[in-house]
Amino acid sequence: MAAKRNARDVTPSPPINKSGTSTPTTPAPAVKTVTSKSKDANLSAQEVAVAMWDNYVKATPQRTKLIDVFMAFLVVVGVLQFVYCVIVGNYPFNAFLSGFSATVGQFVLTASLRIQTNAENKAEFESISPERAFADYVFGSLILHFFCVNFIN
Amino acid sequence: MTVATQNSYLTGAKGRNTRGLLRLVILCTIAAAAVSSRLFSVIRFESIIHEFDPWFNFRATKYLVANGFYDFWDWFDDRTWHPLGRVTGGTLYPGLMVTSGAIYHALKALTLPVDIRNICVLLAPAFSGLTAFATYLFTNEMSTTPSAGLLAAIFMGIAPGYISRSVAGSYDNEAIAIFLLVFTFYLWIKAIKLGSAFWGALCALFYGYMVSAWGGYVFITNLIPLHVFVLVCMGRFSSRVYVSYCTWYALGTLASMQIPFVGFLPIRSSEHMSALGVFGLLQLIGFVEFVRSGVPSKQFQTLLRGFVVLVFSVALGGLVLLTVSGVIAPWTGRFYSLWDTGYAKIHIPIIASVSEHQPTAWPAFFFDLNLLIWLFPAGVYLCFLKLSDEQVFVVVYSILASYFSGVMVRLMLTLTPIVCVTAAMVLSTILETYLSMKSPKSDAESVAAEAAAGKKFVPNKGGLRSMRNPLVGIYTVVSKSTVVGAMTLYLLVFVLHCTWVTSNAYSSPSVVLASKLPDGSQHIIDDYREAYQWLRQNTKEDAKVMAWWDYGYQIGGMADRPTLVDNNTWNNTHIATVGKAMSSSEEVSYPIMRQHEVDYVLVVFGGLLGYSGDDINKFLWMVRIAEGIWPEEVKERDFFTPRGEYKVDHEATDTMKNSLMYKMSYYNYNGLFPPGQAQDRVRGAKLPDVGPVLNSIEEAYTSENWIIRIYKVKDLDNVGREHGAAASFERGNKKKKAAKKRGPKVLRVE
Repeated sequence: MAAKRNARDVTPSPPINKSGTSTPTTPAPAVKTVTSKSKDANLSAQEVAVAMWDNYVKATPQRTKLIDVFMAFLVVVGVLQFVYCVIVGNYPFNAFLSGFSATVGQFVLTASLRIQTNAENKAEFESISPERAFADYVFGSLILHFFCVNFIN
Repeated sequence: MTVATQNSYLTGAKGRNTRGLLRLVILCTIAAAAVSSRLFSVIRFESIIHEFDPWFNFRATKYLVANGFYDFWDWFDDRTWHPLGRVTGGTLYPGLMVTSGAIYHALKALTLPVDIRNICVLLAPAFSGLTAFATYLFTNEMSTTPSAGLLAAIFMGIAPGYISRSVAGSYDNEAIAIFLLVFTFYLWIKAIKLGSAFWGALCALFYGYMVSAWGGYVFITNLIPLHVFVLVCMGRFSSRVYVSYCTWYALGTLASMQIPFVGFLPIRSSEHMSALGVFGLLQLIGFVEFVRSGVPSKQFQTLLRGFVVLVFSVALGGLVLLTVSGVIAPWTGRFYSLWDTGYAKIHIPIIASVSEHQPTAWPAFFFDLNLLIWLFPAGVYLCFLKLSDEQVFVVVYSILASYFSGVMVRLMLTLTPIVCVTAAMVLSTILETYLSMKSPKSDAESVAAEAAAGKKFVPNKGGLRSMRNPLVGIYTVVSKSTVVGAMTLYLLVFVLHCTWVTSNAYSSPSVVLASKLPDGSQHIIDDYREAYQWLRQNTKEDAKVMAWWDYGYQIGGMADRPTLVDNNTWNNTHIATVGKAMSSSEEVSYPIMRQHEVDYVLVVFGGLLGYSGDDINKFLWMVRIAEGIWPEEVKERDFFTPRGEYKVDHEATDTMKNSLMYKMSYYNYNGLFPPGQAQDRVRGAKLPDVGPVLNSIEEAYTSENWIIRIYKVKDLDNVGREHGAAASFERGNKKKKAAKKRGPKVLRVE
């Protein structure tokens, strides 16, 4: 999900840049190739995103999707907390910090679990089986929640 | 030790069990050596706490053991910083006290009731054994040779650079902090090698423990992000880096915020911003890598790279903006003075006045680290030769720590572990190269190779051998034994050096002063405890003692009396007040002392014995610190003679002679000598014939060798006169002729 959003954010900017710089300087064929390329990128910006999304939906295992949904949920919760803090103010600062860092920490730990259980990363983590990764995840989360509960007073 | 390590080589072929047993025996021996080399002062003198700071730690530990953990956690100490008090639970690092309290209760549960003082005295040696073990583990992660870890362990066990802060009786934060430092680094290396969240979480837990133990945790907070940042810049980012660093940061930061003294600092202060920045950077990079794996377009990649650079610079700009606008606290003076080395001397004299905060001289490196210091660069070079993730860590650590230890003497302590590790790596490489040749096969091979081509063989071996080979000649057995023999000799000399340094330089308690009589027997000067004991027994329970801040902790610990200032220099103005009272004339300082309810004033005077660390020698710092607050009333220039000399004899300026410190130090000192021969043995000055006169305070106690002098502040005069006038009247300084003249009178107001 997040991937798609970002891809959209980034891609629209280059065509403007490229066309702006290319028109005064370069001879015709070069311009053509550049513009065509950028047009390709421009056209494909939507398509790439859609293709990525399709690819993601198709290629990702069910468990990883579940993890991703949880991560998206954590992002939403964190953003909500932050917006609330910006609007209302941060008076019990430790409460805000512990709530916010609980989401951030849990997000990071979940991302670690996602990386470790991903089948493509097998070479990187030869000594860690998915079960071991999950146990590590539980261990890390327990510590995280202990600290957060302790810090929120 | 060296013999033992070589043994492990010789029996190396015999199988894992033998080697494991040898390893265990060697490690136990190393721990024993580490502990026993720290016991010189306990055996020579007695089992007491040594320096100034440990006295506070000891007092806090006693409080913890007596009152329990919760009382300790919110302990308001009203016996220090007299009018103010100190919120002790929120202004100390509780790790040390809690550790020894836990040991105390554990031993008690094992029906071994040990006095808390003995636990405090022997905590540092015990932890040094653990440090040696942690260094062993750490080095084993770095090096493939089996002996490097053992060598590093013994180096760490007996290196004087570490012993200086961990002898028995020095119950300071560093006692456990170095163990935690090395162990945290071990866990970090383990985490980044395996990419395991478990090791990352363990690293965070020990990092939290380290934060609770020592203010030097900032070193870890900046070193690990720097390591990761260097890895990223080298293009070595991998998902292992992401997993280990993010786990460490998320958990470690929360863990560090649990300590009340640290509080919100990891969010707010500049020292912690590098960790936060690298955390954010890793998120971005991780995300970009994720997207890149999905979209294999060249153009897209460059765009994303531009995106990362943009976001990074925006984040950096935001950080600068926040720092400038004051949301994030800038560097504290202590850290800032590490970068701008002239800063402390100009702006904060109290930081510059501590002798440990001076730059390190060259001999100190050789004195503290003997042969390790010249093996150290070679070890860093070795790390460059095969540069994997953990070797980068060693390089980064070495560069950073050697800079800091050059700036400040006390930071030699953080340099020592890495020096031991790198030196052990070099030495084990050398030994391995030259000892493995002993086997007949490689011998024949080398002989054959040399006979055949001479040079062909060289590139196969390590760089050092290729340098040595042409020097030594043809007979390789001789060359081998020469090199190994030389190294063994160096190691033996190292052991001798360490023992000598520990015994002579670092094992003297500053509480008792030892001197040798002509017949070689030991004479102990015990004035400090004599005077503190007098205070403890002969004064009211809540009599306030004013002394310079150096002695605050000792007075609190040994005399058990409230003090005005102590070694925790958190309130500069209060210290300057004491400095002003000490450096002004009696008329000025008496009201100050009355306002602060001072009952006794304590000065340290070494003039009779030649004890150079006395208050007259520290006097200029008092003047400087007071001048920083009241530049109109206290001026440093006034304490120098017109030629700019600092004198205490008849040439001394009037300001000097009228200052309270001068008067208290030299009061009645003339009476010890025949007339006209009063001599100050520290300054080497002949004192004026007429000693100073004290009006508003009176001598209460002077210790045997005149090292400590205690004065009692007089009460207000009964008739309401000034103390000067009253004393002058007492002395009979009435004018013979009754002056008829009327003095200038003023109107009575009330």
